[in-house]
Amino acid sequence: MTRYTEGLENYKKKIASITSQEMVINMGPQHPSTHGVLRLELITDGEVVKDIIPHLGYLHRCFDKHAESMNYGKTIPFTDRLDYLSSMNNSHAFVMGVERMLKIADKLPKRVEYIRVLVCELNRIASHLIAIGTYGIDIGAFTPFMWCFRDREHIMNMLEWASGSRMLYNYIWVGGLFYDLPVGFEARCQEFVEYFKPKLVELDDLLSNNQIFISRTANIGALPADVAINYGCSGPMLRASGIKWDLRRVDGYSVYPELDFEIPVGKGEMGTLGDCWDRYKVRVDEVKESVKIIEQCLQRLQLDFKRTPDFDPRGLVPKKVNLKAQEYYVRAENPKGELGFHFITQEKTDVPRRVKARGPSFNNLSVLPELGKGQLIADLIAILGSIDIVLGEVDR
Amino acid sequence: MITKVKDLIIANIGEQAIVRVEEEHLQPILVLQAESLVEIAFLLRDTAGYYFDFLSNISAVDYHPDARFAVVYHLASIPYQTQLTLKVEVENDRRSDNLPEVPSVASVWRTAEWHEREAFDLMGVFFTGHPDLRRILLPDDWQGYPLRKDYEDAETYHGIAIK
Repeated sequence: MTRYTEGLENYKKKIASITSQEMVINMGPQHPSTHGVLRLELITDGEVVKDIIPHLGYLHRCFDKHAESMNYGKTIPFTDRLDYLSSMNNSHAFVMGVERMLKIADKLPKRVEYIRVLVCELNRIASHLIAIGTYGIDIGAFTPFMWCFRDREHIMNMLEWASGSRMLYNYIWVGGLFYDLPVGFEARCQEFVEYFKPKLVELDDLLSNNQIFISRTANIGALPADVAINYGCSGPMLRASGIKWDLRRVDGYSVYPELDFEIPVGKGEMGTLGDCWDRYKVRVDEVKESVKIIEQCLQRLQLDFKRTPDFDPRGLVPKKVNLKAQEYYVRAENPKGELGFHFITQEKTDVPRRVKARGPSFNNLSVLPELGKGQLIADLIAILGSIDIVLGEVDR
Repeated sequence: MITKVKDLIIANIGEQAIVRVEEEHLQPILVLQAESLVEIAFLLRDTAGYYFDFLSNISAVDYHPDARFAVVYHLASIPYQTQLTLKVEVENDRRSDNLPEVPSVASVWRTAEWHEREAFDLMGVFFTGHPDLRRILLPDDWQGYPLRKDYEDAETYHGIAIK
């Protein structure tokens, strides 16, 4: 049995054998700047971090095990709880996978697709607003946090209007939607866009170009592109290192090929390429792009794919998901990166053999020991905040 | 794509490295021999025209009631925007002192380190050559591997009845 416990013994030896000037500090699980229940075991020498050992699992809710004990439709609420800040995007990815296996992905009405993209992009803005706001508060800027939460509240209210729930929506279903958008949603969404655009300019003035903020984030935790790829980083993490990799464009799923938007990448404007400021800035720019996508969706939804009395958002929802035995890996661009689901289906039952969720936060977090070594403890907070993890997805 | 990859492996490593190609899925799967996995991984990552530099996901699969486990690797190439699925299958009798063994690819893609720890933690697949193989999501003193189909939850935890 010793071979199987060798890793654990080595870890214990490492902690026991620190030198007299080194100290082990536990950051978390109840540390506010870990954005959840994450425990970082730091080996420090004075203020300098020598090594970081992350301990995960405090929020492990057995997604994989749940998913293989119930049918596909019942799993959708569980996907909402992976990255609970972007539930729409999670269920969109999951549902796309099942639809492609059912071969109904191309038959979906355009209105359904546009509504999906609309709510996903709204949710992306909400998720990025949390990332930006909490990042500000991590390093001492309190006001942006309040502003971001104020604006996010409008999105929460709108999505609650559409789905009946504030954060965990269960709105996107296999083969369609829970309901059509409520009457008047498009107009209210348009109002929100008009309200939100000047707020973004204010946010830029307050935080992005704030000298204190720049001093705390520029040149800190620079992540070279090759390291980012090797560690499986995706989403804003990877793009901040200068790589134009956005699955909305690469895979061109749903109606994204019909929409016009840019992919912001890090440029090292304030310091080194791929530093904390770049990661922050990519998120701010992505919010602006999402606003552009929302405007286009609203336009199409009001002109080309209007609400009609015979439109049934549940028209293609299968009574029972009947799949032949196969494997499929679906991936989609979530606010935090590539969310993937690996399905292994079984013949003659609508319960899968295996569903593995690949959480972007899990992979993005794994680069933290590499980034944090040799940094000051205070900078480690800045680095961790810039990764933007959600523990619901790290632990699943 | 899959035939190109297959030809590349046959040319550089040999025909014995490939067990079979499963074409019936939406994404074809290349089933490989466990022994030559690391060599193939380096080949796929570093050969011009392929460059599978991004490891999306590793998932371990239990084929209960068969005495068989599999580890599935989902690769992506960022320069060429392609995808590839690899699979390694291992026979195993499910005894707790005889875990299925697969060579670790953590030296090829660092992200595999955490993915393999998760597979070890939940499915009980032992990755030989892994730099730091210990449980990641469950506590260090957990007994058994919960994602196995024949897993039964423990009666007690640290002497406390939990059922």
